Amino acid sequence: MSVIDVRELRKEFTVRVRAGRLRREKRTVAAVAGVDLRVERGELLGYIGPNGAGKSTTLKMLTGVLTPTSGQVRVCGLRPVPERTRLALRVGVVFGQRSQLWWDLPLRESFDLLRHVYRVPAAAHAARLRRCRDLLDLDAFADTPVRQLSLGQRMRGELTAALLHGPEVLFLDEPTIGLDVVSRQAVRGFLAELGRAGDTTLVLTTHDLADIERLCPRLVVIDHGRVVHDGPIAALHDRYGSRRLVVADLDTALPQPPELPGAPLLRVEADGHRLVFALESAGVADVVAALAGRAALRDVSIVEPDIEDVVARLYAGKEGPLVNASGRAGAPS
Amino acid sequence: MGSVTATVAPPTESNVILWFRTFGAIVRSGFRRYATYRQAALAGAVTNIVFGFLRCYILFGAAGAAGTAAGYDRAQFATFVWAGQGMLAVILLWGRPELAERIRTGDVASDLLRPVHPVTSYLATDLGRAGWACVSRLLPPVLVGPLFFDVYLPARWSTVPLFVVSATVAVVLCFGCRFLVNATAYWLQDVRGPQILWTLGSGVLAGLYFPLPFLPDALFLALQLATPFPSLLQTPLDVLVERDPTGVQAGLVGLQVGWAVAILALCRLVQRRAERRLVVQGG
Repeated sequence: MSVIDVRELRKEFTVRVRAGRLRREKRTVAAVAGVDLRVERGELLGYIGPNGAGKSTTLKMLTGVLTPTSGQVRVCGLRPVPERTRLALRVGVVFGQRSQLWWDLPLRESFDLLRHVYRVPAAAHAARLRRCRDLLDLDAFADTPVRQLSLGQRMRGELTAALLHGPEVLFLDEPTIGLDVVSRQAVRGFLAELGRAGDTTLVLTTHDLADIERLCPRLVVIDHGRVVHDGPIAALHDRYGSRRLVVADLDTALPQPPELPGAPLLRVEADGHRLVFALESAGVADVVAALAGRAALRDVSIVEPDIEDVVARLYAGKEGPLVNASGRAGAPS
Repeated sequence: MGSVTATVAPPTESNVILWFRTFGAIVRSGFRRYATYRQAALAGAVTNIVFGFLRCYILFGAAGAAGTAAGYDRAQFATFVWAGQGMLAVILLWGRPELAERIRTGDVASDLLRPVHPVTSYLATDLGRAGWACVSRLLPPVLVGPLFFDVYLPARWSTVPLFVVSATVAVVLCFGCRFLVNATAYWLQDVRGPQILWTLGSGVLAGLYFPLPFLPDALFLALQLATPFPSLLQTPLDVLVERDPTGVQAGLVGLQVGWAVAILALCRLVQRRAERRLVVQGG
């Protein structure tokens, strides 16, 4: 049975818009317009979409905070809204933009309170807390009131707080928002570790696609309340035809650009001193060997396809191959 | 990470014991949370004491040369004022609208994601807060007042436990009223309007601005029966100064309990309705 099973999920909001001097019209806006989603135990799911796409709304419906307009939702076999308090014992939630900790209490006391709120046996609580303390370096600020913590420190506290009751599913709503590089890496490393253990299902929404590349084998993209992509990141690259590029700098320009099997020439730049090939069926070694046989190579660089470009195209709704896979391809280092 | 992600073991103890343990833990955390603000407590206590003098002299003025008014003598007025100044912060007639703030910012979502009913967890926190207020806000005026005024001390032993029950029920009732005022934010977003009405209404009708027996008897009785306000402050203080015989005192406390149960039930109803139409603000 899927840990998360969502069918035809919809959420509509009624908004009033001005229609004339005094008159206001009611208008229905669908924030989530028919989402289907199945997530298996232990999966790491990236759930992304532009601002206002319906990500957070979906998450709120999955955790029972919002009542869906229509559709079916089961999380851990429970219906989130009517069985919210039972579900709360089995899922953890981290909101990057809000805090579930108590502003006036130090982390140590917040964690102790959570043990009682979730009724976790002392031994299990201590074991989980020890793991989190080791992985997230909590000891240095465990006695500081939450209101005095830096965002990075607080987020590490939030992650711990969400995990102390051993949830089966962990929902993370933009957990790395606003964090510096070091804290972001700490959070990612921790989530990767959690994912490797394989018994916690992670659902991650983010705008930082590096989070997704690093953590989530499966990516669901939502736009205007609908799922527009569901599959591995590689499938997204395939769909948009984004390929790795080989950028070759030559000592002298060739009179006739070479034709390499499995690696079509995309561009010729710098008066023929720079050639850009897209890797289709050919390997890097084949292309480099073939080029070295024909011209004096000064430098060769490989440009990985950029997930951000692909996703930007996806949000913009442009289908079709991404010929210029990266604006940065022209200036390899 | 194996140990981090094991699921919750089925509880072995009875649910009632576990419930009280959870409730107790939240009460303790409420005490701890508010105990961090010591300077605020000091400032509040000083203010209460200053206003204690003011109110005391005004009521003495009303009592005039005869020394009695509205059924109170001077010593009863002094007890009414000084105990009232202490209780004001314990029942917390006028608190910060924390829940309303959390509704407005959307932080209330975190409260809904706990395995404890929001009304229960907010009540437990408030009891902890009241516990801290007993130490930091009730004691100072109650200790300072008798240094400057002759106060009335209860003559019957039964008055003391009745007052303790009455004051505790007043804390619960006042929490319920504030919860309802705050909960209007689920519908209105901005709670300032209801908050102003509450501040004004509760000050007058709970007996803070003047003891309610100054009103015509019928009006006082109507307020007591038909509104929860006199049960917040007037009733516990009347119990303390022994305005009525023991039987009537017990009846008044019973009325308070009735109001507290009704208001808490209303809180749960309002919370359920609110959750059904909740729009959690922000991304």
